[in-house]
Amino acid sequence: MSVEEKVRGIVAKQLGLGEDEVNNESSFIDDLGADSLDTVELVMSLEEEFDIEISDDEAENILTVQAAIDHVNNNAN
Amino acid sequence: MGFLAEKKALITGVASNRSIAYGIAQCMAREGAELAFTYQNEKLQPRVEKIAKSLDSEICIQLDVAEDEQIDQAFRVLNSHWQDLDILVHSIAFAPTEEFKGTYIDSVTRDGFKLAHEISSYSFAALAKAARPMLNANGALLTLSYLGAVKSVPNYNVMGPAKASLEANVRFLAADLGSDAIRVNAISAGPIKTLAAAGIGGIRDLLKHVELMSPLQRNITIENVGNAAAFLCSDLAAGITGEILYVDGGYHNLGMTFEVD
Repeated sequence: MSVEEKVRGIVAKQLGLGEDEVNNESSFIDDLGADSLDTVELVMSLEEEFDIEISDDEAENILTVQAAIDHVNNNAN
Repeated sequence: MGFLAEKKALITGVASNRSIAYGIAQCMAREGAELAFTYQNEKLQPRVEKIAKSLDSEICIQLDVAEDEQIDQAFRVLNSHWQDLDILVHSIAFAPTEEFKGTYIDSVTRDGFKLAHEISSYSFAALAKAARPMLNANGALLTLSYLGAVKSVPNYNVMGPAKASLEANVRFLAADLGSDAIRVNAISAGPIKTLAAAGIGGIRDLLKHVELMSPLQRNITIENVGNAAAFLCSDLAAGITGEILYVDGGYHNLGMTFEVD
């Protein structure tokens, strides 16, 4: 499974959505209805799944599915 | 049949399936306890309702411990579902985010100190008072503490004094409720990555440190805490009250190690 697919799967699971509802350009808060707790959990799930660290400052800039994918691609171990 | 069969437990402080209170609820449900949950506000309501449902509980009650009226109301609502109660789990703490940044002496403020103590410590006594008329003999109250109550820990700051106060609360409530055969204990859990912990600066470094240094050489899980909680609130622990039980991989016992992280 590609990073893209994995990230979309994590986002869908976290927010209780179908994977077809999650697009790369979706904004977590504006398009997918995430609240601030969801976004914190989302970052935790990404850290666990990809064995990476996402600082609070970095997390603030991860607002869309694509931004999450990019972050994982740039930091994957 | 589990060792909590026929016990009714009220669980506060669930926010997600990473919450310590969720780990406790899962283990208590597994041992046969019937559960009710509280949620602080409307934002948390759907999250808690979903979790309650997954553990076969239909009872979710709004309870913001900052309001005395809400505490009274919550127990009135609980009483309309249940005539009595065996277990109360208090997994509630709060301090403003700014209090966790930098050193204690720089970040502590009068308002932050008051709020941290009120929400994290007084609320346990307040819930004990409100629950008392419903509590059965051989009932148990449980709260969650952390090493910062008795040792200085970087970034934990004002929550340290608040947890020290909470642990004193455990001892005083245990003394008062012992004659009703109600036990009061705390679990001092090692660091766990929960939504609440995400607000503490340097939580990652704390987790790494414990993984390297603690005798068990790993961080603990919410299931580890949940199992200890289920035991402490069961009749298996009938002789234990006023106790702070460390579920931290043995970290609190270390005086020094030669490992360097």
